[in-house]
Amino acid sequence: MNKPVRRIAVFCGLLVLALMIRDNWIQFVKAGELKADKNNRRVTIARYGQPRGDIIVDGQKITGSVETGGIDYKFKRTYVNGAMWAPVTGYSSQVFGSSQLESLEDKVLTGDDDRLFFNRTVDMITGKGKKGGDVITTLNAKAQEAAFKGLGDKQGAVAALDPRTGKILALASTPSYDPSTIAGALDGKAWKNLDSDKAKPMLNRALRQTYPPGSTFKVVTAAAALENGLYKDVDSKTDSPLPWTLPDTRIELKNEGNLPCKDATLREALRVSCNSVFGKISADLGNKKMIDQANKFGFNKTVDTPVRTAASVYPKDNRPQNAMAGIGQASNRATPLQMAMIAAAVANNGKLMEPYMVDKLRAPNLNVIEHHQPKEMSQPISADTARQLQSIMETVVEKGTGTNAQIPNVKVGGKTGTAQHGVDNSGNPYAWFISYAKTDNGSPVAVAVVIEGDENTARDDIAGGALAAPIAKSVMEAVLKTEK
Amino acid sequence: MSAISPMPNTTNTTISTAGPPSRRNTELALLAFAVLIPCFAYMNVGLAMDGEMPSGMLGYGIGLGLLAGVGHLVVRKFAKYADPILLPMATLLNGIGLVLIWRLDQSPRLQASKVYAPAATNQLLFSAMGIALFIAVLIVIKDHRVLQRYTYISMVVALGLLIAPMFFPAKFGARIWITIPGIGGIQPGEFAKIVLAVFFAGYLMVKRDALALASRRFMGLYLPRGRDLGPILTVWGFSILVLVFETDLGTSLLFFGMFVVMLYVATERTSWIVFGLLMSAAGAVGVASFETHVQQRVQAWLDPMGEFLKSKQGLAGHSEQSMQALWAFGSGGVFGTGWGQGHSDLIGFAANSDFILATVGEELGLAGIMAILLVYGLIVERGVRTALAARDPFGKLLATGLAGAFAIQVFVVAGGVMGLIPLTGMTMPFMAQGGSSVIANWALVAVLIKISDTARRPAPAPAPSPDAEMTQVVRP
Repeated sequence: MNKPVRRIAVFCGLLVLALMIRDNWIQFVKAGELKADKNNRRVTIARYGQPRGDIIVDGQKITGSVETGGIDYKFKRTYVNGAMWAPVTGYSSQVFGSSQLESLEDKVLTGDDDRLFFNRTVDMITGKGKKGGDVITTLNAKAQEAAFKGLGDKQGAVAALDPRTGKILALASTPSYDPSTIAGALDGKAWKNLDSDKAKPMLNRALRQTYPPGSTFKVVTAAAALENGLYKDVDSKTDSPLPWTLPDTRIELKNEGNLPCKDATLREALRVSCNSVFGKISADLGNKKMIDQANKFGFNKTVDTPVRTAASVYPKDNRPQNAMAGIGQASNRATPLQMAMIAAAVANNGKLMEPYMVDKLRAPNLNVIEHHQPKEMSQPISADTARQLQSIMETVVEKGTGTNAQIPNVKVGGKTGTAQHGVDNSGNPYAWFISYAKTDNGSPVAVAVVIEGDENTARDDIAGGALAAPIAKSVMEAVLKTEK
Repeated sequence: MSAISPMPNTTNTTISTAGPPSRRNTELALLAFAVLIPCFAYMNVGLAMDGEMPSGMLGYGIGLGLLAGVGHLVVRKFAKYADPILLPMATLLNGIGLVLIWRLDQSPRLQASKVYAPAATNQLLFSAMGIALFIAVLIVIKDHRVLQRYTYISMVVALGLLIAPMFFPAKFGARIWITIPGIGGIQPGEFAKIVLAVFFAGYLMVKRDALALASRRFMGLYLPRGRDLGPILTVWGFSILVLVFETDLGTSLLFFGMFVVMLYVATERTSWIVFGLLMSAAGAVGVASFETHVQQRVQAWLDPMGEFLKSKQGLAGHSEQSMQALWAFGSGGVFGTGWGQGHSDLIGFAANSDFILATVGEELGLAGIMAILLVYGLIVERGVRTALAARDPFGKLLATGLAGAFAIQVFVVAGGVMGLIPLTGMTMPFMAQGGSSVIANWALVAVLIKISDTARRPAPAPAPSPDAEMTQVVRP
């Protein structure tokens, strides 16, 4: 009977071999996939097994970690002034994942980044636990505070940039939420409440919400007029009949009240915010040229700051709609950051710098592992056009609709806007203000403010100047103060 | 420099009266390693989890050493020529199993769970009982051939053991327990394995000629006569019953597989294997068509991730444990996290029984699993080798049956945990928590050791016959 016994021996060997092959499959071939699977609790356990690195603004930590005493997750994320900084940090929750910087820079914060390999190895050999690196942001704490306080209990957002570099200085969004409240393992109820809140506190309005930009978009239309040679300079008369009807229609494009818009110069038209003048410019240039100009300012594409923005839209459209888009209505939509980029490009003499908010990534031993260099994104307008636009935007603040943004002894240029939306403009209007401040060292700050109005908000341009301009002013002041 | 003297030729090429070496000292040396390795592992767990030597270190080391030592002495006395590898390998697996169970006892996650109870102390007790049974088998059974006398008694006992759990409540979806108040649960299936092997061996030894020779040739296969199909049909029917009433796929597969293996060895007819495979496939598919428990297991095997996500959404999913085991294996990678540093306790209460291999996978990695599988493979191959060396057909059949059953059990459990085949509720021999399993497997090894002792024992020198010169004696 030895022959069959030998065969049984081979058969048993094959059984063991099959097990070995299977084990190689799950522990070698598929190991990485299984290890990183998002449902594998080890991933979260490892993430909260040691204090996370911190997100830093102006040398101060705006995040922290606290020991929980729990079995699974030893540490919990905490936030300093969480609601104010939420649009920057995002959240890092033991149960609900993470978002924004907490998510995008997770590898550095947990210490898993490849560039921290040496650190990790040294720590392992010397017996120290794994440590996370820090994320140093470009934000300006004073400007952020001014923005957040200025918005108060209104719904809206503020984005502020350093036009010379593209550094994001302030990024506020209200209503906000405190990410500390959803950081722990037992915060399911808080999460549910936030998630179902109609005011969407977890939405980062500054980067990810698009609004019709209203009259603030007239800066772009003016730029397109100058760049395309439709008008030579801002002080010569335009060809602007009054009343003016939208092309291919019998609808008259009205101005806000009885404004001196007939054949007004660009300076005058921007000062009082003439719909008829800018609507006609857009119609004269045509949809394609307007799209080109808007795209040069950054429309129709996303920007990774590294938090990805929503794309602002200047749409392909028919002639009357295109004319409306030229005054920031119709299907024209922009994020607050996009509007700040427009002000910044004008203030920076036509050069648009790519916005970013992570300045440095720092290893636990304080070595800088990544230093972000400012990058030019595009040159949407020539230096000459920029100079002329600055001049008329400064007129707006000096003696136009934006006087509320005046800062003594500082050159401020700006533009107000009040955007209608909804069916037959039935929705509450959005109050806008975009501006920049200029010093001898160029322009240190450009800012865009949007406030989602309520029933009591006036429906004319005064709203932008009344509600949004003071916030822009205090943000600019905060930056100017820290600049000195 | 002095001239190198030629090596003396020590290899024994001629028959000598000294007989083959007993290899008992080899066994002792191997046993030393088999005790030392778990001791180091134990130390490692303590250092990794608490940063200090575990307090029970000395007791544990002495305990395991003592068990192994006593086992060895008894083998030396009562089975002098036994295979020297079986005892050390079993000791090694038992020792590592104890460390794994103790390690899981230390897990705060499992301590917080209501269904989990620390098991290391009990398991040490069970191991001692296992060794006691091992010793008893070696001492009581002078020669394995006496077992042949109990062929039909074995059958009755095995049937009793298999049927008994049907009258007790199901635990965790399988009806494989006898619950005795005050003592706890016994899994009679583990013991039935050995008793059934004795019955099969005795029965097949008698019937093998009839089963092998009376057959018709059809398409290159020797088809058995209808009436000779009786035994295999009976065993098949019985394992189906086990599957249906005890919802225990593993045990049913194990018994049927063992029978087919032994039938094949007894008759040397490949046709039996073909029949066996066809019948088990038919049985499995047939039962799966109406038994929801089996369907769930198959579903969880085909798509563990899908089932897991389903259960996460609050729907009925049945793969939480399978998926947790897969993650444990994957997270271990090639070298593992090291003793005490994995999270295999996420599997839950079964982490130290059915799923103990996942802890090996996570903490010792691919390398550790390979080593453990090799040890199991070695035990099986030593068993088969014993069968080859055995001089009597009963011993051959019994050894093959036991080794085959051991191999099938390892395959079914490890394959289930690793997701190679659907998961079944059986225990990893020697390693998994559970008294019945460890005790029964020690008995299994004892029987193999006894057979190997008889097989390797030098044949007694023929008594000098005064009239050998004058007459020709015909010896068998």
